[in-house]
Amino acid sequence: MADDGRLEVRVSGSGGQGILLAAAVLADAVAAAGREVVQTQSYGPEARGGASQAEVIASLEEIDYPEVDLADLSLCLSQAAFDKYARLTRAGGLVLYDSGLVDEMEIPGRRLRGLPFTDTAVHDLGAKVVTNIVSLGALCAFVPWLPPDAVDGAVAARVPARFKDLNLRALEAGRRLVELAEAGIAIEGAEDHDARGAAPVAEAEDRPIECEPCADER
Amino acid sequence: MPQPRKLVQGNEAVAEGAIAAGARFFAGYPITPSTEIAEILSRRMPEVGGSFLQMEDEIASMGAVIGASLAGVKALTATSGPGFSLMQELIGYAAMAQVPCVIVDVMRGGPSTGLPTDPSQGDVMQSRWGTHGEHSMIVLVPSTVLECFTLTVDAFNLSEQYRTPVIVLSDAMVGHMREAVALRVEDLRLARRGEPDCDPDEYDTVVSTLDHILPRPDLGSRFRVHATGLVYNRRSGAVDTSDPEVAADLGLYLREKIYHHRDAIVRVEEVGTEDAEIGLFAYGSVARSARAAMKAARKKGVRVGLLRPITLWPFPTGAVDRMAEHVETIIVPEMNIRQMAWEVQAAVAGRAKVVDLGRVDGRLITPAQIEELIDREVDHLRAR
Repeated sequence: MADDGRLEVRVSGSGGQGILLAAAVLADAVAAAGREVVQTQSYGPEARGGASQAEVIASLEEIDYPEVDLADLSLCLSQAAFDKYARLTRAGGLVLYDSGLVDEMEIPGRRLRGLPFTDTAVHDLGAKVVTNIVSLGALCAFVPWLPPDAVDGAVAARVPARFKDLNLRALEAGRRLVELAEAGIAIEGAEDHDARGAAPVAEAEDRPIECEPCADER
Repeated sequence: MPQPRKLVQGNEAVAEGAIAAGARFFAGYPITPSTEIAEILSRRMPEVGGSFLQMEDEIASMGAVIGASLAGVKALTATSGPGFSLMQELIGYAAMAQVPCVIVDVMRGGPSTGLPTDPSQGDVMQSRWGTHGEHSMIVLVPSTVLECFTLTVDAFNLSEQYRTPVIVLSDAMVGHMREAVALRVEDLRLARRGEPDCDPDEYDTVVSTLDHILPRPDLGSRFRVHATGLVYNRRSGAVDTSDPEVAADLGLYLREKIYHHRDAIVRVEEVGTEDAEIGLFAYGSVARSARAAMKAARKKGVRVGLLRPITLWPFPTGAVDRMAEHVETIIVPEMNIRQMAWEVQAAVAGRAKVVDLGRVDGRLITPAQIEELIDREVDHLRAR
C-alpha cells in the first residue's frame, strides 16, 4: 500500500459468478469506512460465461485515474481469470484464488493463497451462489483498516432481505478460512505458496495504438 | 445536516439527476452501457408520478420524448452509439421545432455494434453534427459520478431556457463507475417551463429575441401552438418554405440563440493553467487520466496545466485561446482519432503545437501514456 493509503484490488472470474456484486460491496464498505473509493468493471457482451473483472481503488486522497494496473490484492475465481489477471498483481502483492477451480502455477514475486471458496459455499452453506461473498469475506480479512462491520453492513444493504443471513454467514465463513490458513491449520483443499525471492515484475501490457502524425507535423 | 456519502454508479446518478431536475417522462430502448438509466427510471418514474415507456426502438423513443415535452412535461431518453445514430433525425426535429428535451448518450466503442461494453469518445462529433442541417447543440460531458448528477440537472435547465435539445455525453467508463458521493437535491436551481409573458391573443405577434427567448407554451394550453419540422415564420409560427428571408431568419436564429449566450453556457475547469508550458485538453473519463498525468509531471517539475471542457459544445474557444497564448504545446488525449484535436487545432491557429493522443481499443487512456508524451514534448522544448 502506498503513502496515500491507496489500495488497489482486482476481482475476477467468469460472468454470472457475482464478480461485479462482490466489487460493489467492497466499494460500499470502503466508502462506509470513510475513504475515497472508485469501482470500475469490464466484461464481455455475454450474460453468462466470458471473462469478468471489477476493480476497486481505495485511497485517503482524491482518485483520478479510476483503473487498476498492477493490483495490491487480486481475487481469481476461475482458471481463465487466474491465467489472465494473477500476473497483473504487483510484486509483493497477494493473489487469492479458488483452490477448487484453479490449477495454479507459481508466479514469481507474488504471494499465492488458494482457499476452497466454492467448496465452502456448497458444503458448509448449501448455496453455491454465495461463493463470491465467501471469497469477499476472505479478501477483506487481508485489509486491516476495513472494519468487518462495514463489510457486513454493505452486504446486508445489497442483497435481498431473505438472503441476508445466508450472505452474512458466507462472509464469516470466508474470514474463518483465512484465520485457519494464517494460523497454519490445515484446511482441506487449501494451498499456500509464498513467493520465494522477489523476481522483477513484467509490466502490464499497455500498447497505445499507432496514429498517423498530427496534422501540424505533416 | 450534511447528507451521507453513498456509493453511486454514474448511470444511477444520471437517473437521479433527471428526477431531481423535474423530468417526469422517460422513453427509451435499453442498450449497453446505458441500460441502468432505463432500468432505474422504470422504477423511479412511477414513484414520483412520472411515466416510463419502453419503446420499440430509438426512433420511436425520441418521438415519444418530443411529444411528451410538447405536452408540457420535462422528458429524456438514454442510449448509446447505435441508438444515438437512430435518434439523430428527430434530434434535428427537436432543434428545428425548439422542443426542450435531454438525450443521454453513454458512449461505447463503434462504429455499428462495435464494442458494446467498452468505453469510447467516438460520438463527440456526432453529438454536434449528427443531425443534418444548420443547427446549434449544447453538449455536456461528465467526468465524475457527481457530475453525472449535476450535469443532467444542468442539461434540463439549459434545454428549458434555450428551448433546445441538450445532450449529456457520458461514456461506458463514467457510466459504469461507482464513486462515493452525496447527491444534494436541496442545492439545485431548477428551470420551470412557464408560459410566454403575453396575452394568448397577442402570441402570434410577439417573437423571441436572442435576449428574450419565450418559453414554449404547452399543447392544450391557452396559446395556439404549432410545431413543425418544416421551415416556419418565427413571428406567426406558420410554415413558409417559399420565402428565403424567412428561412434565413429562422436558420440564423436557431444557431445564434445558443452562440449569443456562449459565455453563460460554456463551462470549463482550468487547473494549473496560469504558469503552464504544456497544456492538456481532456474531457470526460480521459480527463481523469490527464489530471493524474498532470500531477505526476508537476512532481517532476514540469509545468503542466489541464483544460477540461465541461461543456464540449459550444466549443470552449475562449479557454483554448487563453491556453494558446502562453503554452508551447497542447496535448489532446481522447478515445477517438483526433475528433476534438482538430477543433483545438483550429482554435489554436498556429499559436502552439497541438499533439493528439488517440485510442480506439476500448481501453481508457492511461496516465502513463500521457506522461510519456509530456516527457517527449519537454525534451523537444529543452532541445530548442
